[in-house]
Amino acid sequence: MIISVASGKGGTGKTTVATSLALSLGKDTQLADCDVEAPNVHLFVHPEFRNEEIITVPVPKVDESRCTGCGKCVEICRFNAIVNIADTIMTFPELCHGCGGCQAVCPAGAIEEGERIIGVIQHGLCNGMDFLHGRLRIGEAMAPPLIRQVRSRINPDKTAVIDAPPGTSCPVIAAIKDTDFVVLVAEPTPFGLNDLELAIETVKILKIPAGLIINRSDIGDMGVADYAARENIPVLMEIPYDRNIAEAYCRGEPLVEAFPQWRRRFVRLCEDIDELVAEIAL
Amino acid sequence: MKVAVSSKGKTLDSELDERFGRAACFILVDLNTMSYEGVENTQNLNAIQGAGIQAAKTVVDHGAGVVITGNCGPKAFAVLSQAGIHTITGVSGKVKDVIEQYKKGELSPTDGPNVKGHWM
Repeated sequence: MIISVASGKGGTGKTTVATSLALSLGKDTQLADCDVEAPNVHLFVHPEFRNEEIITVPVPKVDESRCTGCGKCVEICRFNAIVNIADTIMTFPELCHGCGGCQAVCPAGAIEEGERIIGVIQHGLCNGMDFLHGRLRIGEAMAPPLIRQVRSRINPDKTAVIDAPPGTSCPVIAAIKDTDFVVLVAEPTPFGLNDLELAIETVKILKIPAGLIINRSDIGDMGVADYAARENIPVLMEIPYDRNIAEAYCRGEPLVEAFPQWRRRFVRLCEDIDELVAEIAL
Repeated sequence: MKVAVSSKGKTLDSELDERFGRAACFILVDLNTMSYEGVENTQNLNAIQGAGIQAAKTVVDHGAGVVITGNCGPKAFAVLSQAGIHTITGVSGKVKDVIEQYKKGELSPTDGPNVKGHWM
């Protein structure tokens, strides 16, 4: 089973929830930080890194001697990464999304597969739990291919928790698509509600069962709770606005380790998610 | 020879558009006959990325030998250079005045992009 932790708005508590959830699931768990543009889960679980993989995407390499200048590759590329000018083909690898379309349509077999480094995946262990995250290369604009590579390293026989990036755009889709359950973390403010609505619309399109955690639950208004009730989204947990929690976060301590009373609540959360997923399977 | 000017409209009275890749139009002026043609750049205006590359391809395909614009980034400049087009940057004003300045020899080509790309 894969549980993803997402939100519309950033800074709502995804990492707080993802780390404590994974630590409460027991040793046979994997924790994957898919916020490859700004991974921070490692700052809380302090993994011992074991190895690093360099991740690339395919980009076109044109053999000018075979190119007939037909322009089919230029036509199919919607990202303007390949262009024919004055009888030559120019490529812009940094714009390429690695779809392979140009290579597939070339009638002369003039396009070979080159590669562009987009980042790294680092693997580690924290107290027996598998940890992995992606780190996007500085200057690289495309996160989804790296996120998909991180996802592909998850062992399907184990339970995994994914910390997703914020927002509702392509990187989030790449991180939560086809997961078994998504925990959405929101704060009860009008801003939090606005972005939660976007997140709920997203998970509905992706057909992922969702539950809600309301963080800093005693601030703001009832908008988020009312919306969840209307939309039939179960509220799985409420975390109050508490200076002690914020201080532990700033020291890089997971909630369940700083406050043992929270471990029981997160173990219960794991059981609730298990039940919800089992109900849906029926 | 044809000169392409990035432009906010389709006539010689239009203002030069300082953006190259996302210019509204290109005005192509034939310096021998002073006849001109306005080419819309709508598709590139809304491109998710690579607007400069496609805009450069548009002016190449229309047979321009010189491009006059405000700002030109590295990718568009690379395409224009590949096609042997001279690029003049940092220009503003009405298209017809810009053409006059060019004819008098007051504008000279640049040897590189004058602004950075938007992605890297």
